[in-house]
Amino acid sequence: MTEPDFEPPYLFPDYRATQLRAPRRELVRLPDEWFHHRGGPAFGRITVKAEDSDLTRQHRGEPLGERIILTGRVLDGDGRPVRHTLVEVWQANAAGRYVDPVDTHPAPLDPNFTGAGRCLTDGGGVYRFVTVKPGAYPWRNHRNAWRPAHVHFSLFGPQLASRLVTQMYFPGDPLIPLDPILNSIADARGRDLLVAKFDPEATEPEWALAYRWDVVLRGRDATPNES
Amino acid sequence: MTIPTPSQTVGPFFGFAMPFEDDTQTIAPGSDGAVRIEGQVFDGAGEPVPDAVVEISEGDQFARCGTDREGAFHFTVRKAASFDVIVFARGLLRHLATRLYFPDADPDGDPLLRMIEPERRHTLIASASEGGLRFDIHLQGDQETVFIQL
Repeated sequence: MTEPDFEPPYLFPDYRATQLRAPRRELVRLPDEWFHHRGGPAFGRITVKAEDSDLTRQHRGEPLGERIILTGRVLDGDGRPVRHTLVEVWQANAAGRYVDPVDTHPAPLDPNFTGAGRCLTDGGGVYRFVTVKPGAYPWRNHRNAWRPAHVHFSLFGPQLASRLVTQMYFPGDPLIPLDPILNSIADARGRDLLVAKFDPEATEPEWALAYRWDVVLRGRDATPNES
Repeated sequence: MTIPTPSQTVGPFFGFAMPFEDDTQTIAPGSDGAVRIEGQVFDGAGEPVPDAVVEISEGDQFARCGTDREGAFHFTVRKAASFDVIVFARGLLRHLATRLYFPDADPDGDPLLRMIEPERRHTLIASASEGGLRFDIHLQGDQETVFIQL
């Protein structure tokens, strides 16, 4: 059930941190029922409040930067919507700085922006966040290395095999062809799946540009609602 | 064909976003039946991995812990035969999956353990330690943990 060219390998030397962290032994191949088809993690203890999906309203004032809407559908391997599943996001601020204390990039923090959000997909598998467009930032992987603007996504889905942590990129970013993390995916079709599309339909006049990004999780819902 | 969305690394900057209340425990520490699990994540040079996230799940139990400077993580859970384990880290372009068995696991009776070469089975079985169980995760190297292909 793997499509190697669409997934990054564990070892990708251009991304230096993989060199001592990629397993070197062959991974064990199991029948899907033994692991992949087991129920996904019970994420119900992670609280999701209404304001968690609007990253521009988590402080007293509004964050600096370009306000955007991020929306899309979460689908399973059969193309069916994955309903009421948890979506977690996190990102740098508009200046390319994370709130995380581990981040030492000398770009300003924004007292009105944390950069973390959560929501549940609705009955149609749709998620929606309001945020600001993150900035690019340097990361010391190689000389003059800069990450393209991206938003981290964490999704659960119905099965253990559905669990996904990935990154969403923005269309037209000139850093995309230079990024070893995205280019670890050998097939251009796989890389394209991580780039959102500008969506004039979801864009709200006089307020915010919208980007659409659909996610397809591995595995399928064990309880299909069609007979 | 529907291509699943590819994975990307969790990166180093997740510590402000992924924690949630009581994330490391599925049962209150000290209560009846509570088991503490501790371990460290190591890289191929034997160095601790300070920017990993470990998630364990079994039935209705789910817990998450980011590693500290020593690569250490800990959980408090209700006893089960085993937990499914997922590891994310900077430098892991895809997450890794494995399974944690409790020390009373029967290597010959469990179909998954039976598939693993006997000399590597111990990487999946937690050991009894002071105050609970010990389960280290070696991403690479001589002690490399057995990981499951996703």
